[in-house]
Amino acid sequence: MGKLSRNVYMVSGGVTKFTKASPDMDFRLRVKKAFDYAMNDVNMELKDIDGSVASYFSDHFQRQLMSGVMVQDYLGLTPKPSRRVEGGGATGGLSFQAGVEEIASGRMDTCAVYGFESMSHVNTWKGNEFIALASDTNFDYPVGGFYTGYYAMMAARYLHEFGATVEQLAQVSVKNHKNALSNPYAQSPMNLTIQDVRNSPMVSYPLTRLDVCAMSDGAAVAILADEKRAFELSDNPVLVKGIGSGTDTMRLADRPFGKVPLLAHEKESDYKNLKYPGVHSFRAGRTAAAEAYKNAGITNPIEEIDVVELHDAYTSSEIQTYEDLGLCKYGEGANFVSEGKADLKGKVPVNPSGGLLACGHPVGATGIMQAVFVFWQLQRTIKKHFGNDKLQISNPKRGLLHSHAGTGTYVTVSIMEAVK
Amino acid sequence: MTIDYNAKMPEKQDGTQVYNTDPLIVKSHYEIDYIHSYAQDSEFFRAMGKKKLMGSKCKKCSYTYATPRSHCMMCGAETEWYELPKEGRIHTFTTCYFGSEAFLKETPFNLIMVEFEGVDSLFMSRLIGAELEDMKVGMKVRARFKRNLEFSPTDVYFVPVEEK
Repeated sequence: MGKLSRNVYMVSGGVTKFTKASPDMDFRLRVKKAFDYAMNDVNMELKDIDGSVASYFSDHFQRQLMSGVMVQDYLGLTPKPSRRVEGGGATGGLSFQAGVEEIASGRMDTCAVYGFESMSHVNTWKGNEFIALASDTNFDYPVGGFYTGYYAMMAARYLHEFGATVEQLAQVSVKNHKNALSNPYAQSPMNLTIQDVRNSPMVSYPLTRLDVCAMSDGAAVAILADEKRAFELSDNPVLVKGIGSGTDTMRLADRPFGKVPLLAHEKESDYKNLKYPGVHSFRAGRTAAAEAYKNAGITNPIEEIDVVELHDAYTSSEIQTYEDLGLCKYGEGANFVSEGKADLKGKVPVNPSGGLLACGHPVGATGIMQAVFVFWQLQRTIKKHFGNDKLQISNPKRGLLHSHAGTGTYVTVSIMEAVK
Repeated sequence: MTIDYNAKMPEKQDGTQVYNTDPLIVKSHYEIDYIHSYAQDSEFFRAMGKKKLMGSKCKKCSYTYATPRSHCMMCGAETEWYELPKEGRIHTFTTCYFGSEAFLKETPFNLIMVEFEGVDSLFMSRLIGAELEDMKVGMKVRARFKRNLEFSPTDVYFVPVEEK
C-alpha cells in the first residue's frame, strides 16, 4: 500500500441546506443545486468534467434503483463515465476516495463526486428499519433491528471500560449543535445545555434523542482535479494529501479482543491491559487513520492537524473516534471533549460545522458535505460560503475528514492540505 | 384484425391517498415476502429446538465463536459446530425505548452482548426479567428457549441468574 500516484486537488464544492424533509425537490434537483454552486464557484462548464462518482446509500428510501444514472442524466453528464459507490454511512467518504483514485490513476483529470439521500419518503421508524437492514439479517436485525441500539451497547461498554460519563457524551452534542448556529447549511442548530441533552427522550440507553443525529434530505458535491487542471481552474485549490480506509466485522459479536494497532506517536506500554477493539472502539477507524497518516507523512496528529470533520452520528462515536484518530490516547476521549480540546477555539476544532448531530445525515451526501466544509476551511473561504466567518479556523494548514459506516464496518480518513 | 378504434382502459375505483398538492405528495405502497435461506447457518436455528445454543470452532486454529460462522475470520479455515454453555455474562447492554417500525410494539426491550467463558467472541440477544437499572456489565445470565420456534435468533433469549 503506497501513496497516490499523482497529486489530486479539490477545486470546488457545494452543499444544499440539509432538512428533515424538502419534498419540493427530488434527489436530482437537489444534486443539481449543489453541483451548479460548485461549478459556478470555479466557472466550470459541463465539458470540463471528465466523469463522476455517485454516492448514495439506500435504494429503499426512494424505491428507485439506479438513482445514480438518473442524477448523471439530469446534470447533463451523460455519456461520460460514472459509477455508484456504496458503503453504508461511509458511502460519502468512500465515494470521495473513489473520485480521488480516478484522478490519481490518471484516468480522469476532473471528477465530480456527488452525494445525496432523500430520507423523508418514509417515516423515521421505517427509516430506522431500512438502516437496520445494514446489519446481519440472520443474527442481528431480528434481535435488535435498531442501529442506535447497537451503538448504545458500544457506548455502554465504552463508559464501563474507561470510566467516562453520560454528561461527557452530552458535551459533544452541546458543542456541535452550538457550532451549527453559525452554519446556514445545518439542519438543527441549537443552544443546548448538558441537562437539555440528558433530559431529552431516552432512545437507547445511554443515548438520548440529542445524542443521536437526525435523518435528512440533502445533497453535496465535491469537484476534484489533477494538478494541471486544478491550477487552471482555481487559484486556491486544496491538496488531497493522503487517504486511508479500513473495515471491521459486520456483527459486533465478532469483534476480536486483541492488541491496539499503534500510530507513530504511541507505545505498546500505553495499552498494556486494553483488549482491542472489543465493542468499545472502531478498529476500522484506526486502520484508516494509520494509512492516511502514513501517506500524508503525519506522525503526531494532534500537532499536525488543524481542523477535523468526523462522523458523529452519535455523541459516543465522536469520543471513540478522537481515540481512533490518535488525537488522544484510548480512554482519554471523554476528557478530550470535556477539557474543551475539540472546541472551535480548542486544541483541534472537531466538527466546527456542527457535524452530523447538527447538520443532519442524508447518508450519501454526508461524507461529501464534510469534504466541502474542510475544503472551505482550508481555502479560508467560510465567510464567503456561510455569510459569516464565526466558524473559520484561523489559518488552518491541514484538515481531516472521517466517514464511518454502521458500528464501524467501513471507515475512511482523508487528509487535505492548504497550498495557498 | 382485432383493431378497436374505441378502445378504453377500464377505470379503477381505488384512487390515491394524497398528502399534499403542492408539491404533489401521494402514498405509494410496497411489500414483499422473501424466500430467505439460512444456508450454512441453518443448524443454529434447528438446534434451538433441542434447547442447544450452537457456535463455531475453527478446525485449524481453534478460535471459538459464540455467533456461528462457517469459516474462521482469523485463518480462513472451515469451522465446526460447537455447543455453547447455557450460562454467560453481560459484556454490554442497553434498553431500547424506540426502534425500527417492525419492533416498535416490542419497546422497551433490553439488548445484551453475552460473553461465555472460554469463547473468543460474543452473542447478541434479548434479556428479559430485568430492567435497565438491574443490568450490569458482568452480570450472570442464562439462555432460555421458546417452545414454539419461529426459526429466528429470538428463539433464544436470556434471563438473569441469581448469584449467591
